Amino acid sequence: MSVTPDDVRHVATLARLGLDEQRIPALVGELNGILAHMDVLQQVDVSGVPLTPPDQAAPLRPDARPADALQRTRESFAPAMRDGFFLVPRLTTHGAQGASADEGDAA
Amino acid sequence: MSETNSPTPMHETAIPSSLRTHTVADAWQCFDRNDVAGLNAFLSLDRDATTTGALTGTGALAGVPVAIKDNLATLTLPTTCASRILEGYVSPFEATAVRRLREAGAVVIGKTNMDEFAMGSSTENSAYGPTRNPLDRDRVPGGSSGGSAAAVAAGVVRIALGSETGGSVRQPAAFCGIVGVKPTYGRVSRYGLVAYASSLDNVGVFGSTVAEAAAALEIIAGHDPLDSTSADVPVPPMLPARAHDDVAKPLSGLVVGKPREYFPANLDPRIASHCERALAQLAALGAEVREVSLPSTDLAIPVYYIIAPAEASSNLARYDGARYGARAEAGDLRSMYERTRSRGFGDEVTRRILLGTYVLSAGYYDAYYKRAQAVRTLITREFADVFASGVHLLFTPTTPTPAFRLGELSDPYEMYLSDIFTVTANLAGVPAMSQPIGLVDGLPVGGQFMAPHFAEPTMLRAAAALEAALGATAGAAGVTA
Repeated sequence: MSVTPDDVRHVATLARLGLDEQRIPALVGELNGILAHMDVLQQVDVSGVPLTPPDQAAPLRPDARPADALQRTRESFAPAMRDGFFLVPRLTTHGAQGASADEGDAA
Repeated sequence: MSETNSPTPMHETAIPSSLRTHTVADAWQCFDRNDVAGLNAFLSLDRDATTTGALTGTGALAGVPVAIKDNLATLTLPTTCASRILEGYVSPFEATAVRRLREAGAVVIGKTNMDEFAMGSSTENSAYGPTRNPLDRDRVPGGSSGGSAAAVAAGVVRIALGSETGGSVRQPAAFCGIVGVKPTYGRVSRYGLVAYASSLDNVGVFGSTVAEAAAALEIIAGHDPLDSTSADVPVPPMLPARAHDDVAKPLSGLVVGKPREYFPANLDPRIASHCERALAQLAALGAEVREVSLPSTDLAIPVYYIIAPAEASSNLARYDGARYGARAEAGDLRSMYERTRSRGFGDEVTRRILLGTYVLSAGYYDAYYKRAQAVRTLITREFADVFASGVHLLFTPTTPTPAFRLGELSDPYEMYLSDIFTVTANLAGVPAMSQPIGLVDGLPVGGQFMAPHFAEPTMLRAAAALEAALGATAGAAGVTA
């Protein structure tokens, strides 16, 4: 198995990473170099081997609301608030659709 | 905090006097006198830490200065993970390990440099520049907890917190000539540790000596209901004052395994020689040294570099510009995500996200991720079988080489191989530690102990005995303050 430039573009899309086209050839080489070392795993007989050791299952905790870890007021988490709501940076696309000029300028 | 978040009640901790005599004032004097700023070991400092009131406390660590790796959340200083994407981010809550140190009276004087999101083995991958090794400033301190290791090795603090995914406490401890301990997975809460690879991540400790590291571990260990993977098991004394009646042979009855796969023919003979000397010393202290085999060791690096990036690709999906830190301007939501992430993440993080997304994607999941998980089970079984055979501890080199020069390892996989002796402990979830055992060309060499799950006291007792026996020949970094 080897990674192609299209694979890198596809995986970058899945991972929400914007890549410059100029970087792709280098990334193809690096990923193929790394994955070549992984091929040794194909020689291992793993038939019947579970994906998790039986004694290492994730522990369960009581289905109860945990302690509230937040130690500060909610106002301290946002650059600004108005009428009890957070003001957050506006996306350009929202502005283009006619959002009022005084909304979301807190960033 | 609710009382459900209070730490497990502990016995009285034995705090080495060396910790209590190193004050915050000593830390700043050392920082300034030794040009620690030139090491780039710290990303943020709290010069006013002495005014927090901690100095008047009566806790076990009252007034003891500590440094914290910058991927552990703190209320008073930024938590950036050495990444542009979290530049200036201040957490609204504090990591359990940090909170327990503060409750014991420790004074957090700063957050330390690291490889971005703990991805690296040299602390060269920080968005804020590399950290330098205090013992040789042309060399790396190791990674990813290189800033914490450098802070201890330079003498600014005697204990510091780091984190491990594949050796990121032990490898820098070895490179800097100090003690680094990775506890059993679940022994220390991961609450507030920024997630990289959740099934492998651990909070670890650095100390100038075994006793100091043991004391710090004992304080931060214990069940935490805020972390569902936190183990609900008692915290014993990590370093019992006396566990054997035979003073001349304090390790009598202990069986130490020497896994042959960790001593390959191409191992640097000077490192092998120091390990053999340490093993001979363990035997002189009464331990039985027995050769054992962990045949899947060669598979550990490939397994690690499939599982860790896979988990990272999922964990780092949260950094999209909407929730934390930096945001890039864009005309639509998807472009905002992509621009934020491509500008915010460095090369190594980008590489691992792409690799992880690839091995989890349709068509490759079975061949890579699923197979790697099965081989991880084989590795875990081999550890369990060796320990079930009567071996109490394993002893190996920590790293295949001493600290390398800045920029020396440019090939990603070549860098990955520096963790070849450490990743297995993370894959199996067992505790492990590194301590100085000698010098090669003036650079420290680390020796590694590994132990069964929750057997930290046995491991630390053997390490303390070895430390005392090797004395000044171990090559430990001197604390100058």
